[in-house]
Amino acid sequence: MDEKKLAIIATKGSLDWAYPPFILASTAAALGYETEIFFTFYGLQLLKKKLDLEVTPLGNPGMPMPMGMDKWFPVLGLALPGMQSMMTSMMKKKMKEKGVASLDELRELCQEAEVKLIACQMTVDLFEMDTKEFIDGVEYAGAAAFFEFAGESDICLYI
Amino acid sequence: MADFDQELDASGLNCPLPILRAKKALAGMDAGKVLHIIATDPGSVKDFEAFSKQTGNELMESKEEGGKFHFLIKKA
Repeated sequence: MDEKKLAIIATKGSLDWAYPPFILASTAAALGYETEIFFTFYGLQLLKKKLDLEVTPLGNPGMPMPMGMDKWFPVLGLALPGMQSMMTSMMKKKMKEKGVASLDELRELCQEAEVKLIACQMTVDLFEMDTKEFIDGVEYAGAAAFFEFAGESDICLYI
Repeated sequence: MADFDQELDASGLNCPLPILRAKKALAGMDAGKVLHIIATDPGSVKDFEAFSKQTGNELMESKEEGGKFHFLIKKA
């Protein structure tokens, strides 16, 4: 059986959007896919050793709010100081209760399974990010390198 | 339930952890050996079918008992 390939572009750096790339990549690797994730723009946050991601209810009417908070707080209320960190800790607590893996764990599983993690060199330069803050094993490349792999992939996702 | 060689309790874990833990356990087993997985995630029923189909490790048994899901997978 020929090894299938999965290519993912991870562009988002919030707690909730950090999950899909790592869940799909680790699962694909477990199924025998050769997998590569290309991290660009805010997705680069997912490569930091210390993951400090938050979730925001702002501009996200689809986010389920606990205790009918969406009724009590109009949109502007959600912009109050402390609201974002409160929503983040509530989300993290919920995930733990439900047995959802932590991002650190999923990322480690990806690395164990030899999922290739590529950081977009251009965005690293643009945001003047310190690559010493990134986990070990990250490679740096550009769009052409992504297409070299993506062009041969069976599945290609933009997240 | 048929005999098995190794057991993995993935109770309380959610997608995709039961699959990832099972994959890890199978990696340390010899071909022909059987892994018994216990899970509480209802999504794991379809997921282990798909895992078996795609990896070639045979899903010998899949059943629900006492509110938990039990799977027997033979390492290919």
